[in-house]
Formats: sequence, structure tokens, C-alpha cells
Amino acid sequence: MYTIHGKTGDWELVIGLEVHCQILSKSKVFSGASAEFGAEQNTHVSFIDAGFPGMLPKVNEKCIEQCVKTGFGLNAKINKYSRFDRKNYFYADLPQGYQISQLYHPIVGEGYIEVTTDEGTRRIGVERLHLEQDAGKSIHDMVPGKSLIDLNRCGVGLMEIVSKPDMHSPAEAGEYLRQLRAIVRALGTCDGNMDEGSMRCDVNVSVRKVGETTLRPRTEVKNVNSVRFVMQAVEFEANRQIDIYENGGTCQQETRLFDSVNVETRPMRSKENANDYRYFPDPDLLPVILTDEYIENIRQNLPELPEAKKKRYVEELGLTPYDASILTADHETSDYFETAIRGQDAKKVANWVMGDLFAYLNKSAKTISESPIKAEDLGALVGLIQDGTISGKIAKEVFEIMAETGKAPAVIVEEKGLKQVSDTGAIEALIADILSANMDKVAEIKAGKDKLKGWLVGQIMKASQGKVNPALANQLLNKKLEEV
Amino acid sequence: MTELVNLHISEALDLLNKKEISSVELTKAHLSEMEKARFLNAYITETPERALADAEASDKRRANGDSLGALDGIPIANKDLYCTAGIRTTAASKMLSHFVPPYESTVTQKLKDAGTVMLGKVNTDQFAMGGSTMTSYFGVTKNPWTDEKGEYSLVPGGSSGGSAAAVSAGLCMGATGSDTGGSIRQPASFCGITGIKPTYGRCSRYGIVAFASSLDQAGPMARSVKDCALMLREMAGADGHDSTVAELPVPDFTAALTGDIRGKKIGIPKEYRPDGLNAEVARVWDKGIQLLQDAGAEIVDISLPHTKYALPVYYIVACAEASSNLSRYDGVRYTERVSGHTLDEMYENTRTDGFGPEVIRRILLGTFVLSAGFYDAYYTRAQRVRRLIYEDFKKAFETVDAIVVPAAPTPALSYEAMKNMSPVDTYLGDVFTTPSSLAGVPSLSLPVGLSNTGLPIGLQIIGKHFDENTVFQVGDVLEKAAGFNLMPHRVKG
Repeated sequence: MYTIHGKTGDWELVIGLEVHCQILSKSKVFSGASAEFGAEQNTHVSFIDAGFPGMLPKVNEKCIEQCVKTGFGLNAKINKYSRFDRKNYFYADLPQGYQISQLYHPIVGEGYIEVTTDEGTRRIGVERLHLEQDAGKSIHDMVPGKSLIDLNRCGVGLMEIVSKPDMHSPAEAGEYLRQLRAIVRALGTCDGNMDEGSMRCDVNVSVRKVGETTLRPRTEVKNVNSVRFVMQAVEFEANRQIDIYENGGTCQQETRLFDSVNVETRPMRSKENANDYRYFPDPDLLPVILTDEYIENIRQNLPELPEAKKKRYVEELGLTPYDASILTADHETSDYFETAIRGQDAKKVANWVMGDLFAYLNKSAKTISESPIKAEDLGALVGLIQDGTISGKIAKEVFEIMAETGKAPAVIVEEKGLKQVSDTGAIEALIADILSANMDKVAEIKAGKDKLKGWLVGQIMKASQGKVNPALANQLLNKKLEEV
Repeated sequence: MTELVNLHISEALDLLNKKEISSVELTKAHLSEMEKARFLNAYITETPERALADAEASDKRRANGDSLGALDGIPIANKDLYCTAGIRTTAASKMLSHFVPPYESTVTQKLKDAGTVMLGKVNTDQFAMGGSTMTSYFGVTKNPWTDEKGEYSLVPGGSSGGSAAAVSAGLCMGATGSDTGGSIRQPASFCGITGIKPTYGRCSRYGIVAFASSLDQAGPMARSVKDCALMLREMAGADGHDSTVAELPVPDFTAALTGDIRGKKIGIPKEYRPDGLNAEVARVWDKGIQLLQDAGAEIVDISLPHTKYALPVYYIVACAEASSNLSRYDGVRYTERVSGHTLDEMYENTRTDGFGPEVIRRILLGTFVLSAGFYDAYYTRAQRVRRLIYEDFKKAFETVDAIVVPAAPTPALSYEAMKNMSPVDTYLGDVFTTPSSLAGVPSLSLPVGLSNTGLPIGLQIIGKHFDENTVFQVGDVLEKAAGFNLMPHRVKG
């Protein structure tokens, strides 16, 4: 188990995540306005979003469907009865003066996400998923002395997914978030773009001495918006709390902000903390009642989830669970992988994807969707090795050229004349030449010094500039040696 | 011309169809009456140009044998709580004193589509909070009925007091009202006219400035049961905007006016006859019961045991919802704004200045009952009791077809009397109307008799959910039997 070794002993971490996922839908959750990201300020705003007098919310059924889908992705209980509540607070980018949310009866109940780290695979509990509306955006630094408000985002549907305090290491928290993102992306319920704010994360952290069974006060760190930041925030926050305890202090339950530049957390002004939200059922909206038929219909039309995909990779393709979890971490990777394995040896393709391809992408700071090497071409490359057209060594060379030029491997092999020599006659001739030039070594081999065979093969490869099929070379060498 | 402003809608439609009168004549008569009666302060905004243009268009249609709808050419007024596209909608508040909505409420749109001619926007208590129009930022409306000295010293009731006064004084043929805890029925009683709060969910609330969403309901106010039935048919129905509107067909309510209620069971709940019930109100109630019995109805004594909790439950629920509904008036967008050094200060200045004392009182009450530590004791408990009140009615309607009770505990009060009342005392005026609001059942208020000083006193006819038909049917019989056809003609004298 992950622990932090302090002056007074070992500490363990208790981590929970609250993740807001913007729902992928054409229109907002309670109005017909477009939910598209990136439009000119205040152009996607209806009178409902702007909180005009007499305007009423109306639930967008697409958002309900997206929540149910996500619920299945979280292996969670779908609640046939859910209801909306108002969370009341004043802010300039909250036109109604309340956010419509689901406190008392969320649409999705308990579930879990399976998370694989170096320490193995664990189920991290999900407490709930509820549907709510996003607020607008306040821009404070554009005009001195004034705040500007953009309501485009106001009213966009959000799924708030609350985990149980089940995570115990920065890696686990990071992996949970990565898995969650993979799930919503696979389902098409959220685009998971954390840098555009369509997925946002608050992290709850507390620490306790190893062996303690009760929880100490937690801090909630707001707006931690990347997997890396989550891991950094957890680590910073845990160490900060441990320092306080070890110096005889106590921690308060509080809300803090993550500063990604200085990699630290800072307390929020207490005023921002002191809200009494006065939740109560929204009288403008009816409860959401889902029929078994509706739920079942969504279940049957789900795309394959990362979890199922992982299982399939292990059971049907023979990958290790670790490899399978890496290849299913996001659907771009698994899509790439599945295209590449068409007609090819999946395990070999997996090695190429996770080895050379990931190394190349990493080095050149590219995502897999930006890869100059097309999935089909990587598959074809593996095919060329398998059918003996090129050796593994030559393949590495071809890979480099593919990355540079984006050309298909067969074309490169042809152009550069890299085709492996499999013509028995030509190889035999080559072997004969080498043997006759090295009769002393042949004699030694005959006398039992078998090791020298490898040296001879090396000579053959060298003479052929690596183009001779090594297996064939071995076979033919043995035959020749017997003949000598 | 005076006769034109005394007509019922049903009568006017007859004359219009027979081409004996034109909509322009009808409209002009009302506009001139409005001018004469401006001292009543019934209207906040008059829209004579638009009214005349609409009336001309209506006459043209009729001349061509076309008709826009069932109320083509009928001049009406809208409570200034209904958003009207391009026409200032104030909710009788300073906050919205310059607000011009770019959209039309569903109910007023439907009335427009039915061919009505809008004369203007009538006064109300501020954000519909009050029972007298005394909380209006635009000043009180005077009841067209005068006191013993012949003076206009009485309140019209509220919150739909402007609507009631305008209908009563002949300043429109019918008006929209809205009822949260009695805001149609009590002013109807005070002004001697008829109004119905339909079943919650009968009319869309879209475009009506919200007070308490789970109680607010639009309804018509007019000079007869039939006129209300005609208007409600045009106002009701789902619109795709308000999720709480029932997806039910809207019946032709006038078809229910058969004049025959023989064998109908009419419930008389004992809880509405507390010790100290106003003797004149009791007398009119008894008279109403007798008239119904004479018409062949069976009178049944019933009990609605949780009635006494209705008033406190109502004020908890309504204020809680109001505190949230009125949060949007924050100075950021379309309201009046009083600036401050910080955002919070701007909120404080804007809301202190833009809301009157009664609105502030109710926001504070609502905020309190929803706040941490008090929520369960007030709001949750109130919701539970609300359920019991609903069950009371449900149970009663297993044995009776309709319930008849007084509309208000007194006839119209004077401004002087009301000024000296504590807020809680004024809330007591809603004691007979809040139970049916909380239960969501339809309730019609119609004038049945006069007080000793000649002021109208109304009774309520309460029916089952979505059974406005029976309510209208019984109301129509009672109206004819009572023969109440008095107008406060002293206005015109």
C-alpha cells in the first residue's frame, strides 16, 4: 500500500474525487439553446438561461439518456425515480439565482470503476451521478473595475460524478480520472476535454496514520483540471496535512484552490465557503420517471465499454491485463489498436503500439490521433515481419521512415530495397562463400565448438546487409555444415 | 355607450356576430370608461392604440366572414404579471418598472390567438404578494364599490385587484388574474365579480412572473360564470414550455352549463365555520346552500380536518418558493440596478431599493424556512401537512361532487383598516382560499349576496382535480338562483 513516511510514522491517504462532466448534447439541459463550445460570447443564450421573468426550465431528454448511459459505464444503479432540486446562491454568472441540481434523488446511484495501477486492480466506488446545469463564466480581468459575464456555458448539462473515498495514492486518483474519462468518451456522453473545461475535477484529500479506522478532516481542492494536476494536488495536500499534524497542529475541513503554476494548494476566501444553499425540490420540474423498458433499451444499445474491451483483449486476444488496460485507456488508442490488428497477430501489434509507437509519440509530443503512422500501416508492418518479408531489425528501420514520411511500409521496403532475401539458392551461395573463407572456424565447429555458429550467422547477416531471413540462414547453415 | 361596458362577454359575442355592434365600438366604449375611471388606478399601463388596431382588425375579419377565435373582438385586460411582448410588464414592482419583455406568456398569447383585444395591463400587489393591491409600487387600486358614505375607501382585494376592479367597473369585459393562495377568488368576492382558479396544471405558467411555482395558476375574471368558462377554454392547455401543465384535452366548459344540478352532492365542511365567523358572510353562505338545495342538490356535511393548518403551511411553502424565484432580480441583467462597490453591495442596494417591504418580508421568511437547521422543521413538515390537506379533499370528493364555502372571511375592507393591520392579520384574509390552492383543486368564486352595507360577498365552489365542468355547472345554477347582477354603478353616477 502507498504510504508517506513521516517523522512520527507512516501515513496513508484517503482520496475522493468529484468530477463534473459536461454532457455531450446539441442543446442545453433545460433550454433549447445550443450547448456548443467556443462560440462568440453570449450568442448561445435563451431567455431561460438568462433567468428572465416567467421563464421555465424543461428537461432535455437527451441529457437524461446520457446520464443513464454513463450510469451503465459506471456499473451503477439507475434510479427509476429522480428529481431536481434548487441550489440557491447569488452570483453574477448564475442568472436564476439558483442552480438546478439533484441533491436528494440523483438519477444514478452507487457503482464502481475498475482501476489498474502498479499495485494491481481495484474497484473504486462511485457514490452517485447527478444531473445539473452549468453556470456561466465571469471574466474579471478584461475590463478594469468591471466583471464581464458570458452565459454561453450557462445551462449546459453537467453530470457530477462523486466517488467514494476509496483511493489511497496519487497514482490511483490519477488512474480513476483517466478511466472515467475513457468511459465517458467511449460512451460519447462527454468529450472529456479537461483543458476546455468540459471535464473538471475537485479532489477531497485527508490523511491518517496507518492503522487508524476513522477519518480525519478533509480538504476539498477545487478546479484540478488534468490527470497530472490531480496527482500533484493529492501529493501536495497530503504532505501539507502531514506536516501540520506532525508539528502538533490540526486540520480543518476547508476548501482550497489548486495553483498549477506553483504546484500548491491555497485556501479560498472564507466567504466563498460560507454558503447555505437552501436546497429544496424545484417546483417547476416534474420528477424523472424511467421505465424498465427505457433503461433496458439504452443498455442494449451501449457501445463496448473500456472494461469489457479490456476483458476481451485478455480473453480473446491473449494480452496481459496490464497491456489490455493501457490499450483501452482511451478510445483513440483502442480504436487505433483494433484497426492495426485486422488480419495481424494482436500480441505482436500490441508490442509495437506500446513500444515503438508510444515511444515515438511521447518523444514527438503527439497524441495517437496525430500519429503520422496510420494504424493500417503499423499492422502491415507487423505483417511484413510475420510473413518473412523483412526482419524485426529492418522493421525498426522501416518504422523510422514511416514516422518521417507517413508512407506505407511495403512502399518503403520496395523503394529502399529492404526486402529480406529468402531465395534459398542465393543464400546457399552466400553461405558457401563464407564457409570457404572461414574453414578454420568450420573445423572448430566440427570439433564441437558450437558457439561459433552464431558468429557465422553474424557474418552472413553482415554480408547480406541484414536482408537475409535469419531463421532461413540458420537452417541452411546447419545443412551446409553437415555437408562439409 | 354605457350599456356596452355592462355587457357580458357572451352577450357581446352575440351582438358582434349579429353585426349589431363592432369591436371598435366596444373597445372605444371601454377606453372611454377607462379614462373616466382613472382615479380607480386599475391600470398600470393602458394600450389604447394597440387595442384600437386589434379591434379594427377583428371587425375586418368578421366582415370577411373570418374569425380568429372564440373571443374575436372582445376587449380584455391582463394582470401586469403576464409578460406581454413589447409591452412593459412590471409585476407592480419598482424592480421591473422598466422591463419590456421580448416574449409573450402562453396564456396571453392564447387569448390573443382567440381574437381578444388587449386594453392594457392592470394593477396587482407587487409580485402578486398581498390581498389589497396596497403593495403595488404603482399605488393602490380603488374598489369601484363605495362605502356607506359613498366614498372610494375600500380595497379591491388582491393580488388580482386591478383585474377585479376593472371588470367590476366596466373597464374591460374580462381579465386575466393569477391565483397563488386566493388572488383571483378574494378580489372577485370583494368586487362582486366571478373568477376561477382552475386546477393546478390546467394553464401554462410560461411567461407569468413567478411567485410560488407549485401554487401559481392563471385564471379568468369576468362578470359571469359563462364568461369565465368561455375565457378559460381559450387560456388552458399544454404548451411545451411548462412541464407542470397537464397533457389533457381542454373541454368546452360552456357545455357543462346545463342548469341542472339535481342529485349533485354538495359538501359543506364544518371547519369553514369557526367561532366568530363574520355573520354577514355566514348569512350569504347559508343562503347559497339553501339556493343549491332548492335547485335539487343534496347537501352533505363533510369534514376537511386539516383545514386549520392550511394558512401556515401556505405561507411556508409560498415564501420558500418565492425566496428562490425572486433571486433572479439581482440587478445584473434586465432589472433596475443600484450600483455598489462590490457585487454583494450591488445586490443589496438593488434588492433593497427594487422590492417593497412585503416582498422583502416574504423573501426573508422563505429564506429562513429553507435555511440549514430549520428546513426540516418548517419546509419538510409543511410539505407533509400539504399532502394531508390534499388527502382531505381527495377523501371528501369520494362522496361529494363539489364543496361550497365562503371566498373570504369578510367583505371588502377599507385602506385605513388594512393599514393598521399587522402582516399576519392580513394573511388571515386567505384562510378560506389557501386550502384549495395547496390541494391544487379548481375553485370558482362568484358573488351571491350583499353585506349590510351593500358590499358584495362571494362564495367558492371547489371541485375535483380537472373537473372544472362541475364547478362551472354548480356555479352557473347558483349565479342564476342568487340573481346577483349588481354593478357598482355608483362609479358612473
